[in-house]
Amino acid sequence: MNSPARIAGLAVLVAAIALPFLPGVPPYWITIASYIAMSAIVALGIVVLTGVAGVVSFGQAMFVGFGAYTTAILTTRYGWNALATLPVAILIAGALAWGIGAITLRLKGHYLPVATIAWNISFFYLAGSLDFFRRFDGISGIPPISLAGFDLSDGSRFYFLALGLLVAAYVLTRNLLDSRVGRSIRALRGGALAAESFGVDTGRARILAFVYAGVLAAVSGWLYAHFQRAINPTPFNITVSIDYLLMAVAGGVGHLGGAILGAGLVTVVRDKLQDILPALIGTQGNFETIVFGVVLILILQFAPEGLWPHVRRLFGETRRRPPTVLEAGSAGTHRAMPPKGEDVLRVSKLRKTFGGLVAVNDVSFSVGAGEIVGLIGPNGAGKSTSFNLITGVLAASAGEVRVRGEDITGWPARRIARLGVARTFQHVKLVHGMSVIDNVALGRHLLGRASAVRGALRLDREEEAAIFAEAHRQLARVGLAEHADAIASELALGQQRLVEIARALCLDPVLLLLDEPAAGLRHNEKVALADLLRKVRDSGVSILLVEHDMDFVMGLTDRLVVMNFGAELAQGRPAEIQRNPAVLEAYLGSAA
Amino acid sequence: MDLSIGLILIQDGVTNAAIYALLALALVLVFTVTRVIFVPVGEFVSFGALTLAAFEAGKVPGTVSLLVVLGIAGAIGRLWTERANLSARMLGGIALETVVVPALIAALVTWLAPHKPPQIVQVLLALLVVAPMGVYLYESVFRPIAEASVLVLLIVAVALHLALVGLALIFFGAEGSRTTALSEASFTLGQLFITGQSLAVLGVTLVLILALYVFFDRTLIGKALRATAVNRVGARLVGISPAFSGRIAFALAGIIGALGGILVSPLTTIYYDTGFIIGLKGFVAAIIGGLVSYPLAAGAAILVGVIESFASFWASELKEVIVFMIIVPILLVRSYGTQVLEDEE
Repeated sequence: MNSPARIAGLAVLVAAIALPFLPGVPPYWITIASYIAMSAIVALGIVVLTGVAGVVSFGQAMFVGFGAYTTAILTTRYGWNALATLPVAILIAGALAWGIGAITLRLKGHYLPVATIAWNISFFYLAGSLDFFRRFDGISGIPPISLAGFDLSDGSRFYFLALGLLVAAYVLTRNLLDSRVGRSIRALRGGALAAESFGVDTGRARILAFVYAGVLAAVSGWLYAHFQRAINPTPFNITVSIDYLLMAVAGGVGHLGGAILGAGLVTVVRDKLQDILPALIGTQGNFETIVFGVVLILILQFAPEGLWPHVRRLFGETRRRPPTVLEAGSAGTHRAMPPKGEDVLRVSKLRKTFGGLVAVNDVSFSVGAGEIVGLIGPNGAGKSTSFNLITGVLAASAGEVRVRGEDITGWPARRIARLGVARTFQHVKLVHGMSVIDNVALGRHLLGRASAVRGALRLDREEEAAIFAEAHRQLARVGLAEHADAIASELALGQQRLVEIARALCLDPVLLLLDEPAAGLRHNEKVALADLLRKVRDSGVSILLVEHDMDFVMGLTDRLVVMNFGAELAQGRPAEIQRNPAVLEAYLGSAA
Repeated sequence: MDLSIGLILIQDGVTNAAIYALLALALVLVFTVTRVIFVPVGEFVSFGALTLAAFEAGKVPGTVSLLVVLGIAGAIGRLWTERANLSARMLGGIALETVVVPALIAALVTWLAPHKPPQIVQVLLALLVVAPMGVYLYESVFRPIAEASVLVLLIVAVALHLALVGLALIFFGAEGSRTTALSEASFTLGQLFITGQSLAVLGVTLVLILALYVFFDRTLIGKALRATAVNRVGARLVGISPAFSGRIAFALAGIIGALGGILVSPLTTIYYDTGFIIGLKGFVAAIIGGLVSYPLAAGAAILVGVIESFASFWASELKEVIVFMIIVPILLVRSYGTQVLEDEE
């Protein structure tokens, strides 16, 4: 693939490597470039944490501090070799991020960013007042990094070390986001509920993103300590955390390239302003902060998404290459389907109240193996609420739900998904910025097991190929094969519903719950969908669907359950239901 | 520690808390109406305090020229956002608001300042100089990107904070100032020595909270703002302009911030960058209130103030650590009972 964007990226890398060798480049530039690399590593973590996972942290400088203090204490007090402290710094920062995340990430909404402010300020004053951290005086005399007697503290050598770590961080982050775990992190924004319904532990995914960002920050701190040779609490304060966030947002918080661009931009603009302004204005002062603030405001006013999308547009729009698809011949192993006649789903006396409102009132019904059951009723009858109760999205007030004999009442959604229960949503819940095929692949989450580390190191390719082969197969089944690489939110609403069905089929379900699958489809698309659902049923899958299109429902279902005002009104074969006087009254009024 | 010290600490804490509560109110107001987390509210505190200090010294404060500059910036912002539907009448209105008014204020202040007017006039002048900046900042900085994400608005607010701190350093220098108390009176009540300043702070805060309550509960504009806070799109559909609500919110935040600075400046020395940490504590109180509830935010402010006051007595070095670490469990408790819509950005 030789897109202009890729060539430009390589050109930047070559230029970065060649920088120290160019004649006439002042050593000061190398220092600046080293600072950019160190900041960019932190900003990459912020892209994962904030841009991708949607968690805003004002505490990244604290994690930089964890890395820096770990190596400073180990080298100066215990005589460790600088290189040996890097894994320890990573471990300590990772463990602390895990602990802090476990407490803090449970916070919702705006509580979370404030909690990170609290952590960061506390760390700053703690380091500044405890003898263990040598108070505000800080720790000096930190040895340089040396490898086999080779001193890496010299300007351009250190620069290469920092650049190498930045490139490694970039590649690892890109791989991570492009893996099974990465998809679960990307699903956190906007699609968390759907992700849970496909077995993703979203709490874990958030912590993972937090730990990853913390570890990258610690690596940067490790570099920083050995570059400065002395540290104190100031560069790890809340204001510096804000600085890192600012870099990522100015560059483009949704893009890995944005992190590097933002780090470069902020560092260089700051530095240049310090040079130029005093000469321009003629007096010493704090003018650079003012101009810096104003420049940043203007950038964000004209490019709220950050600068990266604009820079990339210069090189033509590029779309991410989908992972290599293996021959779809081996369709993967399939779950053993329950024998005909078994009750796959049994709902007994299910009840849900919201305050005084009884949304679902002691409803009982069952779905047998290989059966399509329609759940119908006027708007507000409690159909979607019933779906949410069955799939664990809402907790039932009373009653019992059994899947294949197992009592799943009170289980969380992701545990129910493990039994082979897949669903679609009345209001489509796809991850907006993600491609159609990635969205479908999310449905396969439970059938993979590659860890974040394997994903980051690209040791998951075989499993990924199998996942994507299945995703492509299911996408083709719903007739959207040619849209695989489109961005999900660019499809028509009806097509997005079909993508949700493909995602649900990817789970290899025993029971499929479809909430208004035919809404927004044209006539021939509905016919095709009905054909597909019959085939799915014939392969042994049980289907429960909510639908308002009566032609579609009557032609497709084996049985119907009619609900009205939260209560069960009637059950029976479609033909019987069509003649049932109670049903006719509910739908058409007593005049009918 | 005996009772009398405890009472003094509580008094100190409650007095500081009143300031935090004011700032929390301003932050909640601006956030609910415009989704901006108005970090620079702290700079209004510094500006208010240091402007008053300049008047006490008989000097023309630097914030006067800032007011003129921000007025012009506000004009540019408004011309840009309303470029599609400008009329001669509108141009006149914009010129009046953003050029004539600041010029008149500047003239008035320049004329009066060297005469060292009585304290109450100085206070009013300080308010007159600092408070209008809220609206100008809204017009120039936030209104052009009113639809951006909360994160982008937050970062812009932070950038604005950086710029304003830089300006404060230029205008007021690195030395701190402390103004004379609004009231020198003091008396003892049982074991408690009560200063007039504490009473003034609490009194003004209570009056302001009451005024805000009446404003939101009884006036049409107040109700419009509440409607915007509850549902931005809905408010727009019934004809409440988001820009109008935004202007009012920022105007009130400007007044509250400046007033907070005027009240706090006799209690502690204010430097050009002191506002940030005061604003941060107000912010914490606002967050504990969930950024939506005024009474909760005010209650939380008292909690923060009192904790801070006791922490500085017991372990002054670790004061900030204690204040901010106590916040985490409170946030946990608050968060537990909150329902957040899944797709909220």
